[in-house]
Amino acid sequence: MEAVAKEYKTIQNIQGPLVFVKTEEPVGYKELVKVRLSDGSFKNGEVLDSADGMVVIQIFEGTTGIDRSASVRFLGDTMKMPVSKDMLGRVLSGSAKPLDGGAEIVPDKMLDIAGAAINPWARDSPADFIETGISTIDGMNTLVRGQKLPIFSASGLPHNDIALQIARQAKVRGENEEFAVVFIALGITNEEKQKFMSEFERTGALKNAVVFLNLADDPAVERIATPRLGLTTAEYMAFELGMQVLVIMTDITNYCEALRQVGAAREEVPGRRGYPGYMYTDLAQLYERAGKIKGKAGSITQIPILTMPGADITHPIPDLSGYITEGQIVLTMDLHRNGIYPPVNVSSSLSRLMNNGIGEGKTRDDHKAVSDQLYASYAEGKDLRGLVAIVGKDSLSAKDRKLLDFADLFEDRVVRQGLYEDRSIERTLDIAWEILAELDIDQLTRIKKSLIQTYLPKKE
Amino acid sequence: MSTEGVIYRVAGPVVTATGISPRMYDVVHVGNEKLMGEVIKIVGDYSIIQVYEDTTGIKPGEPVTNSGLPLAVELGPGLLTSVYDGIQRPLPVLREMTGDFIGRGATAPGLSRETKWDFVPAVAVGDEVSAGSVIGTVQEGPMVHKIMLPPNAQKGKVEEIKEGSFTVEEPVIKVDGVQYPMMQKWPVRQPRPVIEKYSPDVPLVTGLRVLDTMFPLAKGGAAAIPGAFGTGKTVTQQSLAKYSDADIVVYIGCGERGNEMTEVLTEFPALEDPRTGESLMKRTVLIANTSNMPVAAREASVYTGMTIAEYFRDMGYNVALMADSTSRWAEAMREISSRLEEMPGEEGYPAYLSGRLSEFYERACRGKSLCGEDGSISVIGAVSPPGGDLSEPVTQNTLRIVRVFWALDTKLRERRHFPTINWLTSYTMYDAQLGAWFKANVAENFPELKTWAMKVLQKEAELQEVVQMVGSDSLPDEQKIILEVAKMIREIFLQQNAYDPVDCFCPLNRQYKMLSLIKKYSDLADKALEGGVQVDKIAYLPVRQKFQQAKYEKDVDAELDAVEKDMDEQFSKLEA
Repeated sequence: MEAVAKEYKTIQNIQGPLVFVKTEEPVGYKELVKVRLSDGSFKNGEVLDSADGMVVIQIFEGTTGIDRSASVRFLGDTMKMPVSKDMLGRVLSGSAKPLDGGAEIVPDKMLDIAGAAINPWARDSPADFIETGISTIDGMNTLVRGQKLPIFSASGLPHNDIALQIARQAKVRGENEEFAVVFIALGITNEEKQKFMSEFERTGALKNAVVFLNLADDPAVERIATPRLGLTTAEYMAFELGMQVLVIMTDITNYCEALRQVGAAREEVPGRRGYPGYMYTDLAQLYERAGKIKGKAGSITQIPILTMPGADITHPIPDLSGYITEGQIVLTMDLHRNGIYPPVNVSSSLSRLMNNGIGEGKTRDDHKAVSDQLYASYAEGKDLRGLVAIVGKDSLSAKDRKLLDFADLFEDRVVRQGLYEDRSIERTLDIAWEILAELDIDQLTRIKKSLIQTYLPKKE
Repeated sequence: MSTEGVIYRVAGPVVTATGISPRMYDVVHVGNEKLMGEVIKIVGDYSIIQVYEDTTGIKPGEPVTNSGLPLAVELGPGLLTSVYDGIQRPLPVLREMTGDFIGRGATAPGLSRETKWDFVPAVAVGDEVSAGSVIGTVQEGPMVHKIMLPPNAQKGKVEEIKEGSFTVEEPVIKVDGVQYPMMQKWPVRQPRPVIEKYSPDVPLVTGLRVLDTMFPLAKGGAAAIPGAFGTGKTVTQQSLAKYSDADIVVYIGCGERGNEMTEVLTEFPALEDPRTGESLMKRTVLIANTSNMPVAAREASVYTGMTIAEYFRDMGYNVALMADSTSRWAEAMREISSRLEEMPGEEGYPAYLSGRLSEFYERACRGKSLCGEDGSISVIGAVSPPGGDLSEPVTQNTLRIVRVFWALDTKLRERRHFPTINWLTSYTMYDAQLGAWFKANVAENFPELKTWAMKVLQKEAELQEVVQMVGSDSLPDEQKIILEVAKMIREIFLQQNAYDPVDCFCPLNRQYKMLSLIKKYSDLADKALEGGVQVDKIAYLPVRQKFQQAKYEKDVDAELDAVEKDMDEQFSKLEA
């Protein structure tokens, strides 16, 4: 490393979060930068583009107050963060500074926050069922350890309650391993923060959690770094300390807005709806940090939460996320308006890794068949609702009327549950059989005879 | 020609260097860590390089070395069962070198330099050989790996040929003073030559009913699978890789999920190849460049895979190449193009998108290779249209080239109809070419049966519109029967469970049998109706339930015979 870093007073342009500086010595790509303002305060930044003689810096805290006489010092190193076992129970800012009045983190290790890609050869298949106690997830969109399963929500829906319920109830059955939650808040409001924090403290969940808070009024550039700080912490706890880590990130939409803001300031060629063309790769660099590694005890499971602008699932943010994550839990206003919590729209929800984590020895032998049957019959029942609106219930055949009633029963018994109700997977499947019993036996086309004989409640 | 230069500028994966005067697409090594990259643009003395690895910390002024060679892959024994990243670095070796996470600057040759292979010569001293000639064989697992002279070799007489155990680098033959080892290198962006391309008239049999019967792909053809996320592109691709009757499978995971690759990596070795009885992995080459691995290597990965596929085609094998997903490849092009500040075309994609896609798909073919053998490459490219919108540029440009379109449908997924291939919007343009093969190898009336089924499904779609308006009760009886028959085609025939041990693969003769039985049901139903039997009685015969379950039974063919017997019996007992 160079001895003393040189200080430049050669700022050329300042533009949005970017500062252009003339330099004499070469500067590394993504090197960290300290800018001293004329009032003596400091701001931090990172090199985005380094050419011979000219460097573009992105300032994390925003460029407010920087003038051309500010001095720029290159630190000769890329962004690293301190990690330590003692981070559990801590509340940190979006740039990993303590917010809880506690001491600075005493590092066991300094880690590069960008992380590296897990070698696909080193990955282990996620196959351990995580019981969240929520029927629509456990029964029909099962979460497994090492998966990334986002919640696609919309403004006005109780996604935060669901996130908290999962954080509270999630467990791998029959095992008693060290479990930790890394909670990453991205651009959430102060009010939301209060709610999360009081819930964490009330339920005692905080002692097993690390909280990173980037609030709505924190700078956009910091928002881009916050999830990386959280995930670096998660990787350390999972792959070096052997813990089972659940990462909850909310709200990814705010993160993507920050990406767009910075991209626009850099005058990049925009992709769809003004979001940068590399947004897929960028999101992948966050989501793909979930997983399991062969020969290591720990795992990272991610539940990112995003609000779909205009509840539009084809919007670039949910769309690109859906292509990277292993499924999605979609919330819908229709159910919410009907007073059903959690308002999970199972028809458009999916867990890609479900089949790895269910069945005999993991959950129950009838799990897959029951889930398929629920999906199919519910879809048919929902279609009939549209028809009934036109032709009336009377013109339906007896079988169709049963399907129509089934759809209502399904929403009322399987989907609906209490905010603090922790349903076991057996209970979920039993409820499913109870409502399937209301259909005719020849309507159960997705279930093998032998399973029907074992599980279908006998009618008097 | 100068080969040493320095870095001028670093911006993400794009590095500008001066002083190397390279040729386009030469491979260069960048910085003190010698990161691999490729020259993609030359402006005066400035060479623009796309780097295959993360460039964090790289500085202007660091050295750049030009290898003087284009990006090439190593071809020879050891390819099968390998797992590579986008630039043919073996991932298991990388793991030994840099640990569970992929580190920078690691290099490893594509083929092991230590492994010895038993080389059995196929020519003798004095024989005349030329480019592409098979000079010997190596038994690689269940496959015979033919060792060929490279396509750019000169014609000549064999002066010396060896037999025995050799590494891929040791020379095994001398032709007119030139020695050749078993391994050859070939630049990935250049198609390997063939003598002649044929018109494709043999189907790629996949064991998936909806594909084989309804929308078959010819060996040597190209198919696109577009679909919004969650519609089952990957499951379909994997089923094809597992069960299609290709000799060799090249599977390119291009910018997709890490856990999905893990699934392939754990499943393939455990699956038995129905023909050899050995592990499926033994005839597979995997390329895994996941979404968070460097974007430039993602761009290269499809070419790496294609070149390996061509090498096996040249031996006379039928190769199936799966690219999942070509949209991620296109996005990699877009990302690099935007870093180069090129003028964007539609939706920010570079203007050369269409050209690159067609160059790639054109490398699929059935033809006579230089050694005189017939081989083929069938390409199955997944497309991931944003928001499921098929009018976007990647889908549209792909559809202009490929002749088979398997449209995956979100609506079908929502009702758990798998595979989610929509029978109304999918198409194949190989019907005419493949008709003769199906007639000769399955049944004379196979094409007619298929046309009948498609007509019923089409009719159902029309009737459904009416039903939406007035309810099914007001339909005439014949039409109610059509709806029931269509339902049977959908639920019994088109739906297939990729996870069921029996149903996951359905041979052609069984496909024919199942569809024939549905046709029979339809014919008997029409007759019963004419005889004055009530619709409800016909529609809910108990045999339907049995038929529905038959495909999951262990002895499915016997079960289907039983279904036919029951069907005859139950219909004969129907009374007006």
